[in-house]
Amino acid sequence: MNIHGIRAIYRFEMARTFRTLMQSIASPVLSTSLYFIVFGAAIGSRMGDIDGTSYGAFIIPGLIMLSLLGESISNASFGIYMPKWAGTIYELLSAPVSWIEVVIGYVGAAASKSVMLGLLILITARFFVDYEILHPLWMFGFLVLTSVTFSLFGFIIGLWADDFQKLQVIPLMVITPLTFLGGAFYSINMLPPFWQKVTLFNPVVYLISGFRWSFTGRADVHIAVSAGMTLGFLLICLAIVWWIFRSGWKLRA
Amino acid sequence: MAAIPSLASHPAETPAAIVSIRGVGKTYKGGFEALKQINLDIRRGEILALLGPNGAGKTTLISIICGIVNASTGTITADGHDIVRDYRAARAAIGLVPQELHTDAFESVLSTLRFSRGLFGKPPHPAHLENILRELSLWDKRNNKIMTLSGGMKRRVMIAKALAHEPKVLFLDEPSAGVDVELRHDMWQMVRRLRESGTTIILTTHYIEEAEEMADRIGVINKGELILVEDKHTLMRKLGKKQLTLSLQQTMREIPPGLAGLQLELSTDGATLVYTFDTQSEETGIASLLRRLGEHGIDFKDLQSSESSLEEIFVSLVHKPKGDRA
Ligand SMILES: Nc1ncnc2c1ncn2[C@@H]1O[C@H](COP(=O)(O)OP(=O)(O)O)[C@@H](O)[C@H]1O
Ligand SMILES: [Mg+2]
Repeated sequence: MNIHGIRAIYRFEMARTFRTLMQSIASPVLSTSLYFIVFGAAIGSRMGDIDGTSYGAFIIPGLIMLSLLGESISNASFGIYMPKWAGTIYELLSAPVSWIEVVIGYVGAAASKSVMLGLLILITARFFVDYEILHPLWMFGFLVLTSVTFSLFGFIIGLWADDFQKLQVIPLMVITPLTFLGGAFYSINMLPPFWQKVTLFNPVVYLISGFRWSFTGRADVHIAVSAGMTLGFLLICLAIVWWIFRSGWKLRA
Repeated sequence: MAAIPSLASHPAETPAAIVSIRGVGKTYKGGFEALKQINLDIRRGEILALLGPNGAGKTTLISIICGIVNASTGTITADGHDIVRDYRAARAAIGLVPQELHTDAFESVLSTLRFSRGLFGKPPHPAHLENILRELSLWDKRNNKIMTLSGGMKRRVMIAKALAHEPKVLFLDEPSAGVDVELRHDMWQMVRRLRESGTTIILTTHYIEEAEEMADRIGVINKGELILVEDKHTLMRKLGKKQLTLSLQQTMREIPPGLAGLQLELSTDGATLVYTFDTQSEETGIASLLRRLGEHGIDFKDLQSSESSLEEIFVSLVHKPKGDRA
């Protein structure tokens, strides 16, 4: 293991995060606060409880996931896209680092940032609504697992993209709709039976459901299914990255 | 001035070639054959200049050795390690300064060096980084963001990055491209000092002057082929040849037997005689040539001397049809 190499990449990426603190931390926190004001306070006060939870508290896990997915993907994809775009990737390609070391450095940094962001949103939420976390360890576990998985997914997007538009199209056109329709703002039990079935094809449903379970003890699908689906997606992403580095696809001529 | 600390240890039993290239070819996607079966041994501790026109394949070859481009055929070892199977050890021995200026705009000079050193698996060594930065006159700029530096300084930053992990072999791809005269001379000086400390250096250039100034050996690449690799002094001797052209009063059928043994050539029309001699030898032989021509009653109406330059040799090598090359 090239520990010094992993550390170098991780530090480099974290330094980038702290250089752009406003953009990477402040703006998601601000937008989540706006959601809480609009949905939690203004609209939520007119809504009844869902599964015995106040609407304001009900949307917290979904809102965190919304930010977490978007930020994990955009952060990790940008992290690897930039050196490709600027040409500095030559150094990474000529360095004695294996694919897994590169992944640990880049994805580890992106995921760390997402976890910090998730916790920060959790703290911010305190200012707007009262909530309880029934299973804090599971909550943290889901936070980490989701951050890692979607940072890895973002890493793949960054490897694949060869212009800025491609970099943004997946988060914008796929992830945001899936998250909105994944039960961030409602329980899927509130949907007509047909749409409940359709929804089960949306992987984000499992994430939000599992994460919400760690807060409230209630879930749309079983917690084991949620954890299993996320882990499965993580493994698929890992396999794809392994293949990309092995074949040199989009990396080595 | 602080010298860059000794970078490589050279146990006596290590083979002479620090980089060994065997049958390396590269066909890019789309079918363009950029390299054709390159065989080359780079000797430990030498400065090798790869000379060739634009598009010859110099960057492709270097990129393959450094792991940036995949070879289509052939094998390479660096410091005794296969660059594919044993890439960690091979790459740790290599430093690369690419042709294009690629730097992290927002990083400081010192932090980008620390990054490079770590990436190549070496523990922190602030004193070494300081030495490099001082050597390259970048120490005062160590806390500056790279984007605030001039182009020449950015190039020096790239050299510093390549040296951060104490490589045994340094590749400099077109080090003088877009560099002013002063920096070029500084760079040459630095390369010589690195060589003195035991580092092997491979540089590519399309400036003959640079190859002549720097190299121990010169390899000429054209259209993906390594046309020749030769000791610089040997090459210079070939290049150092001069010719004396004599326009004769009377045409001749053949060179008189009495003049055999001299480097004489008769033109096909028999009107001119060409004498080739070595400028580097003590005795050009011109005086005795003229005397012996007189003895044989050969008169000439005009004489001209000409010198073949490295440029000419290079051009003639590059344009010679295939079968003609030695
Ligand atoms: N990624 C690539 N895809 C296709 N052709 C390439 C690629 N890189 C270089 N080439 C071609 O290979 C040839 C050799 O290029 P290069 O190695 O850069 O030459 P040099 O460094 O000697 O100028 C050129 O004709 C160039 O156009
Ligand atoms: Mg080139």
